[in-house]
Amino acid sequence: MSTDSKNMNTTTENGLPTILPDLSAHQTEGDVDRLRLIENGQVIPAVIHEDINDEDIILEINKLNLWYGNAQALYDITFEVPRGKVTSLIGPSGCGKSTMLRCVNRINDLIDSVRIEGDMIIDGDSIFAPGVDVIELRKRMGMVFQKPNPFPMSIYENVVYPLRIDGVRDRAELDEVCERSLRGAALWDEVKDRLRESGLSLSGGQQQRLCIARAIASDPEMLLLDEPCSALDPVATAKIEELIQNLSGDYSILIVTHNMQQASRLSDYTAFMYLGNLIEFGPTYKIFSKPETKETEDYVTGRFG
Amino acid sequence: MSNELNNPFAATDQERQAREKEKFIKLSTQLITWLLVIPVVAIIVFLVYKSWPALSVEFITENPKVRMTAGGIWAPLIGTFFLVLVSLIIAAPIGILAGVYLNEFARDNWLTRFINLAVVNLAGVPSIVHGLFGLGAFVYFLGMDRCLLAASCTVAVMTLPVIITSTKEALASVPMAFRVACWNMGATKWQTIRTIVLPNSISGILTGVILQVARAAGETAPILFTGAMISSRVADSGWDAWVPYGLEDRFMALSYHLYIISTQWQNVPESFKFGTAAVMIGLVIAVNSISIGFRIYLRSRKKW
Ligand SMILES: Nc1ncnc2c1ncn2[C@@H]1O[C@H](COP(=O)(O)OP(=O)(O)O)[C@@H](O)[C@H]1O
Ligand SMILES: [Mg+2]
Repeated sequence: MSTDSKNMNTTTENGLPTILPDLSAHQTEGDVDRLRLIENGQVIPAVIHEDINDEDIILEINKLNLWYGNAQALYDITFEVPRGKVTSLIGPSGCGKSTMLRCVNRINDLIDSVRIEGDMIIDGDSIFAPGVDVIELRKRMGMVFQKPNPFPMSIYENVVYPLRIDGVRDRAELDEVCERSLRGAALWDEVKDRLRESGLSLSGGQQQRLCIARAIASDPEMLLLDEPCSALDPVATAKIEELIQNLSGDYSILIVTHNMQQASRLSDYTAFMYLGNLIEFGPTYKIFSKPETKETEDYVTGRFG
Repeated sequence: MSNELNNPFAATDQERQAREKEKFIKLSTQLITWLLVIPVVAIIVFLVYKSWPALSVEFITENPKVRMTAGGIWAPLIGTFFLVLVSLIIAAPIGILAGVYLNEFARDNWLTRFINLAVVNLAGVPSIVHGLFGLGAFVYFLGMDRCLLAASCTVAVMTLPVIITSTKEALASVPMAFRVACWNMGATKWQTIRTIVLPNSISGILTGVILQVARAAGETAPILFTGAMISSRVADSGWDAWVPYGLEDRFMALSYHLYIISTQWQNVPESFKFGTAAVMIGLVIAVNSISIGFRIYLRSRKKW
């Protein structure tokens, strides 16, 4: 492996020193400017690191295209999400991260203008197959949003809501799930004495953990987190991050984040998207330390986005 | 003086003028607002003063006697009660269901927009037109003849658009984030509505319905041709005094009664006319107070 000195220890335009990874070995396509090509409407195949082939796969995304009316929001997205790990989606605002996440539990179906081509396969079954009941699919996914959205009811009822809609009446079972989920969301000790109080009486960070408790109450296979910390202060963010790390293993987590440090701290795999295209997908440490494309490198080092 | 000149925060002439102007605008808007209260107070004071000789428990509980030169207003009062009751039993479920459909299920297409436009326009139709519509549709076309049911249906049609609109508003005030959270957990739209949307909007919906009580009780035109009668024999006591009219009977009502004794009959004591008006206004104020109290309670409980 030869080293191209111009990529080593350079400084950015604003004069701050950055430590740049050795790119020469990975710059397979020479000086192709992917971003320009994508902006001009071309679809570029993503760079997928080989490492994913050694993983146990829970979700396989296959040539996924999505349109809102006439505007295409996702272009030929293909990658695989490993089981029991944290996979983060990064990319500039509006690049389709949330849209991607909303495909996984088919909540996009509720938007009339959405049209989807391609496939998503969970545990070998297509989620778009004719026999798939979206209600059942959504119960197997837990979704958490940027802004905490607990219901205006008691903490207890918030957590057991997914069981309530399934018609579960058994007090013991509800109590059991409530405690297990709140413990799972690292909230039990803080709220165990006030389960009857409104979920809205909690602080923002506690509300978000309540939402995570609610999301794991029905014991889903995947957790879909859409910028779960961006409305929270640093202390609450740290707690949620710790929680996400503890939850991985039991759950396969797909998290959208704006925060590069968060993606690099939390996730095992990272997908970098740009204008509806997947640019690069691979193990997080590689994406952040020796990405194969210059565009990923520019983005993770904060040079654009 | 020199102090003022040196003070960097001293007001400039322009700022002083702006402040004067603001004071003037505030005072004049305040005055106009206070003036608004005068007619309301004047009407109530005038009514109570004029009706004072007639107002008594008997005035409420006794039937009109000798062409309303004696007795009270029981027969029209209970008639109005049943008119309001039956019309809301018809209008409230239909209006609430339509509001739920329009706000929660309907897609934004030309049909939905057309329905919404129709609802808005229906709310603006004058009550006399509703009366004539009721005469044509319920009395003649559906062959109900003039009766409590036909009048109630007419009043129901009149109150329906407002109930639909207030239901839609109450539903729309429930944050979208709650619904999105439900759907993501695999709740159906109906489960979402039943468990989250309705419990958080029911007080607003009911407030809208209650406000229609005053409207249903007050209007004369819709019942004029569809079932109200000038006078009917109503029992003075017992079960028949409480339920004097069946759905197929013609009935007396306060608004129509007031119209008749004020314009058609002679020798009705002045205090009886004003007494009838005072009772009507009293009922409206009572019902509206309930709904305002309800709304205050609701606002104090609102948690987002
Ligand atoms: N409901 C929608 N209707 C139409 N266009 C949408 C909708 N939601 C998102 N978009 C568009 O799709 C693109 C991707 O949006 P989004 O997935 O929210 O991006 P991100 O989460 O990465 O910021 C944007 O251009 C956005 O304007
Ligand atoms: Mg987003």
